[in-house]
Amino acid sequence: MKKRPDSRLSFRCLLVWRRNFSVYRRTWKISFLPPLLEPMLYILAFGMGLAAMVGELEISGRTLPYTRFIAPALVAIAIMQNAFFENSYNSFVRMYYQKTFDSLLATPLNLPEIILGEMLWAATKSAIAATLMSTVLLLFGQLSLPGALLVIPAALLGGLLFGALGMICTALVPTIEMFNLPIFLGITPMFLFSGTFFPLQNLPAWAQALAALLPLTHLVALVRGCTLHLWSASLWQSLLYLFLATLLLLPLAIRLMVRRILR
Amino acid sequence: MDILRAENLRKGFGTLKAVDGISFSVRRGECFGLLGPNGAGKTTCIRMLYGYMVRDGGDLCLFGLPIDSNLRQIKARIGICQQEDSLDPDLRVRDNLIGFARYFAIPRREAESRADELLRFFALESRANARILSLSGGLKRRLMLARALVNRPDLLILDEPTTGLDPQSRQLLWDRLSDLKAEGLSILLTTHYMEEAARLCDRLLIIDHGRILVEGAPSQLVREQVGRQVLEVPRPDEKVRRFLMEQDCRVEDLGRRLLVHLDEGDELFLKLSREIGCEGCMLRPATLEDLFLKLTGRELRE
Repeated sequence: MKKRPDSRLSFRCLLVWRRNFSVYRRTWKISFLPPLLEPMLYILAFGMGLAAMVGELEISGRTLPYTRFIAPALVAIAIMQNAFFENSYNSFVRMYYQKTFDSLLATPLNLPEIILGEMLWAATKSAIAATLMSTVLLLFGQLSLPGALLVIPAALLGGLLFGALGMICTALVPTIEMFNLPIFLGITPMFLFSGTFFPLQNLPAWAQALAALLPLTHLVALVRGCTLHLWSASLWQSLLYLFLATLLLLPLAIRLMVRRILR
Repeated sequence: MDILRAENLRKGFGTLKAVDGISFSVRRGECFGLLGPNGAGKTTCIRMLYGYMVRDGGDLCLFGLPIDSNLRQIKARIGICQQEDSLDPDLRVRDNLIGFARYFAIPRREAESRADELLRFFALESRANARILSLSGGLKRRLMLARALVNRPDLLILDEPTTGLDPQSRQLLWDRLSDLKAEGLSILLTTHYMEEAARLCDRLLIIDHGRILVEGAPSQLVREQVGRQVLEVPRPDEKVRRFLMEQDCRVEDLGRRLLVHLDEGDELFLKLSREIGCEGCMLRPATLEDLFLKLTGRELRE
């Protein structure tokens, strides 16, 4: 007759979000640098270096310079990485080394609220990074308005999804070094094979089918479609995929963390 | 009135029964101690009180409310100082207190005034803007305790509050805890320092292997279970041993040392040092430590 832990969610999860936000605000000068500089580096390397060799691509009946093709993918990758790393390494440090969740449990907060607050924060961090990057890319003329404004909701959704994936890893890894495994097996392949740096149509059919299962594929498709005004019905499919996956993984992450921490 | 009532608490990890049927209650305004060697089940008991550990069985009521259906309200009224340092290293000293107050929905201005008050109380004012990583163990402990008081709790729960501290920090914490008790705060404390328990606790429980060994007021327990005085005989020879054997008293043989438990030991002490010529004998009051070792044994735990 084991007692069930309290698991009702409330607005209090925003208190956890606020703690992380206020720490972030204190170091914003450093936190802002990567999303501002990274796209410039990529545009330099790919736009001037590689694009000269690749030339132009034809996507959905439109001809695009290579740099414009990868620009939205850079944003999508940043969304994935910011949220995933926040809820893997950073959340693990707060949980394991800093005992933050232990101290929060001594307040009226319960564990599901703490975990949800962490994931909401990761999504916010993704949205901040994506917004900064998109602004730079807009200034370089790589994205189109007003579609680029949709990056913000897309980043929140994608951030929640990849945050949940990071949190699931945090719930499962025994030590912090073990994060290398999901990164090597999941994040890196997604970085390369989600229609980021080349169109998926270049791959054999079986590989295309595999890529269609990857969440980053759908985030890239959504961000690219919106920011380059490449509207098509398949964007709804990608949105639905991201939405359903988030709906599934968010509660799973909370449940696994409760299982890990509350014994 | 009982501020906390625990009945038949049970918690196991695999085959290990960490807490195996413990019942106790804390009255309003008293300091109650949970004593036991390492691994006795003290921390497990504490963790069940704030939902960090899910108990296998037993009833828990705080402030007259059953814990399962009222955990949030209960947690708003207790202050918990965990054994391990869980301060927020990303925030400065004062911000640790203000930030923590936020979780209790304490308005900003009120939180600031409480933080300043607590910093003064624990002599931390000069460190208000220090980084957590720059604090010594003693300062961290004081800040942990200050943080546990930020919601003005009705019950303060302390898990080994002075483990690893230097004598100065320990004395300061004991003084502050005595002040708080004098103000009427109820305190539940775990410790394995008998001096601490004897000094602070009105009543206590000694537990081992997840079970209760004794319960009561410290001085009374010592008197009942080990007597008033202890005669320590270092390096006893045959003559001394034979002499003590003939006396009507309880002798504990530690090999190189004998402990004689007595209610009134002056006479025996004089006889032993004058007539038997035993040197280095010492007659001292019986302490909680004598009781603790008698009950939990002398062999090492870990």
